[in-house]
Amino acid sequence: MEKFLLRNIENPNSTDINEYIKAGGYKALLKAVEMKPADIVSEVRKSGLRGRGGAGFPTGMKWAFASADPKKPRYMLCNADEGEPGTFKDRPILEKNPHLLIEGMIISGYALEAEYGYIYIRGEYPAAKDILDAAIKQAHEKGYLGDNVSGKGVRFHLYVHQGAGAYICGEETALIESLEGKRGQPRIKPPFPVNEGFLSKPTIINNVETLANIPYIIEIGADAYAEIGSPDCPGPKLYSVSGHVKRPGVYELPMGITLREIIYDHCGGIRGDKKLKAVIPGGISTPILPADAIDCPMDFVNMPKHGSMLGSGAVMVFDETVDLVKVCYRAIKFFEHESCGKCTPCREGVGWMRAILERISGGSGTAEDIDLLIEVSNNITGKTFCPLGDGAAMVVQNFVKNFRSEFEEKIH
Amino acid sequence: MLSENAVKEIGLIRNKYHDAQSSLLPALYVVQKEHGWLSPEALKEVGEILNVPKAEVKGVSTFYAMFRHRPIGRHLIQLCTNVACMIMGSESLLNILKERYGLEPNGTTGDGRFSLVVMECIGACGTAPAMLVDTDFHDNLTEERIVNILEKYK
Repeated sequence: MEKFLLRNIENPNSTDINEYIKAGGYKALLKAVEMKPADIVSEVRKSGLRGRGGAGFPTGMKWAFASADPKKPRYMLCNADEGEPGTFKDRPILEKNPHLLIEGMIISGYALEAEYGYIYIRGEYPAAKDILDAAIKQAHEKGYLGDNVSGKGVRFHLYVHQGAGAYICGEETALIESLEGKRGQPRIKPPFPVNEGFLSKPTIINNVETLANIPYIIEIGADAYAEIGSPDCPGPKLYSVSGHVKRPGVYELPMGITLREIIYDHCGGIRGDKKLKAVIPGGISTPILPADAIDCPMDFVNMPKHGSMLGSGAVMVFDETVDLVKVCYRAIKFFEHESCGKCTPCREGVGWMRAILERISGGSGTAEDIDLLIEVSNNITGKTFCPLGDGAAMVVQNFVKNFRSEFEEKIH
Repeated sequence: MLSENAVKEIGLIRNKYHDAQSSLLPALYVVQKEHGWLSPEALKEVGEILNVPKAEVKGVSTFYAMFRHRPIGRHLIQLCTNVACMIMGSESLLNILKERYGLEPNGTTGDGRFSLVVMECIGACGTAPAMLVDTDFHDNLTEERIVNILEKYK
């Protein structure tokens, strides 16, 4: 497949605006500013693009909601807080192809009549922050940003805002709180950010990869874009593959490719030709799958039918040597650390699950512990403001469902 | 006391936002970069500049893992131990840091050269295990490689 999101990143000067322009960059922006904003929104809607942050919500629908709210100003935010363990798919765009994201944001800002944009980038990516700052400066100098974008009288100002190490800020309302200089604790929805977001104004938040798809849609048109990948879930997708494969890394492949193809055809199979034990297909929060369940199409529509979710497309591969109880314990320790503390079921329940898992993993678990673990998890699911607690509960439930015998073996 | 430069930089940051408190996180970064950590006095001063109550400033700054509220060593090692790094050997790296430098998580070496913080995922899972030293990324770490890398930080 021809690459778009990772186009040109092999070029050692790929972050330079002139190299980006030479490779066809900013052409989509010049095309977009000749279109009516509403027509861009319908084009994105027609393309079938779904948000790449993990939830897979149709981007065009989100945009249409925001366009329908007359309040101004509107804000355009990019969620570059990729913190889901296993996920590093946005990093090549941020570090190697920053102008693709910037171009996507300018087009989106124009389409949604938002004059101010912020890229909320995680604190753990200090190099990417500097690269983006430099790229924004170049885009200003070329006249693609500022008070008169491409001489068309369009205003768009773009800034980078650095997070400071909080997974929860990847949740959109927590991200907004954080951008407002507050503790990153999620808000109750509704109101949704498209109506009341940053500084209580209509706010559109899209993931890095989502925004990076926008120039492509404008370039080739919604109809051609919709032909790529799965029918209900089109487009190219970035998969970040880690763990025991021969060639880990970020791969741009069509939506709907199977997990088996990713692992064996693209990543060369399992290291040391060991046996595959399990795969987490979409970042740590998504349900773990046993080795015989990898013939599933990786997209937002089909993965739930196969017992998991696409999530962020972060494929974590475990060979036969891995102690999955320990992995489960480490994952829950992460959620305990990252719980923002706002909702009791998550704050207390996740810590309780961690304590039980620590016992089982350390060999001092009791016969009742596995059922207790599931009971605690059931008392978190659906009882919190945001999906963090649900994510932690889902991890526990699926590890136990698919690998119960490993837990039982630890209990004497 | 914040330097004149820091105050000036915070003033510039302030222009990027339509309200003052939005510049709080970037302002804290400015101070942390200059002092290495955020002292109670510094928090108070930032609050006064941005007109944010000092309790709010403290509540916000202590929410975020990457803001530091006590002095640290000259170089900060942020070693990832999340799942991808764990299965690729980050535990043995923690042991090396302990044996070789006497470093424990959240600790600082006696000579003030290194501080160690254990991180959640830093987005380098494909080249795990990985760490940040100050703002530099280092990945594909082995016991030998981590020692060689750290030798460059004096």
